Amino acid sequence: MKEFLDMGGYAAFVWPAYGVSVAGIVVAIVIVWRSYAKAKARLAALETRRP
Amino acid sequence: MFAYANPKRFLDVSGPIVPWLATASAVSLGVGLYLGFTAPPDYQQGDTVRIMFIHVPAAWTAMMAYALMALSAAIGLINRHPLADVAAKTAAPLGALFTALALITGSLWGKPMWGAWWVWDARLTSFLLLLFLYLGYIALWNAIEDETRAARATAILAIVGAVNLPIIEFSVEWWSTLHQGESILRKGGPLIASVFLWPLAAMALGYTLLFFTLWIVRIRTEILNRRLRALQMGAA
Repeated sequence: MKEFLDMGGYAAFVWPAYGVSVAGIVVAIVIVWRSYAKAKARLAALETRRP
Repeated sequence: MFAYANPKRFLDVSGPIVPWLATASAVSLGVGLYLGFTAPPDYQQGDTVRIMFIHVPAAWTAMMAYALMALSAAIGLINRHPLADVAAKTAAPLGALFTALALITGSLWGKPMWGAWWVWDARLTSFLLLLFLYLGYIALWNAIEDETRAARATAILAIVGAVNLPIIEFSVEWWSTLHQGESILRKGGPLIASVFLWPLAAMALGYTLLFFTLWIVRIRTEILNRRLRALQMGAA
């Protein structure tokens, strides 16, 4: 396990690269999904008020 | 193609596709990560070769996103099709994200292998220009209030900027560079060992499917928001 985490001495480069990629993608998914849910809810609210 | 391109139709057709695309992307990324971390270290690059599995797919996706954005923008400009404008607009932030990820992971790969975080060579500079094209495109959309005018102005920027794509692609051939040349999609077959090619292929597929998933959801969001604005304006 320690050997795996050490990445042959390149841990300082490999793990940040994966960390940044995962973080960037997860943040994007959350933002995209939240704005979709928000738009859907607002439209539904407006359409039920004025059928 | 245009039969599917009206917003109502798009909402109906794309809705059921999204969960499948998302699942396929997650599976592909899972397989890619597993293969990527179980592959042996490269004999020259050691474990830094694992950065390739996220760097190259991010760069490919960034370029594909730009090509799709420019194509959508051109269709919007020529056919005056509102859904094409929406498609172009919503692709840009995703493209910018993948461009940034490619630049950051590339930098983290460059430091141990080249001894430098950044060099001003043709591949890296043209890729940085891609990020600025995305950011400029997004800024221009936000700067023009009228949606039709904004779509036209940004379309011209996107189409002119597409010149950068072949420059990125061939930069490693046209100019001397630290960046390695084309080693996968080349005449005579890939130059990298299959133990690295499979995780790379799975990750590339995963990134591509992820982009399409997010893109479709963003297009749907924009369609709903435009409908919302139209309703609110009608009520006012």
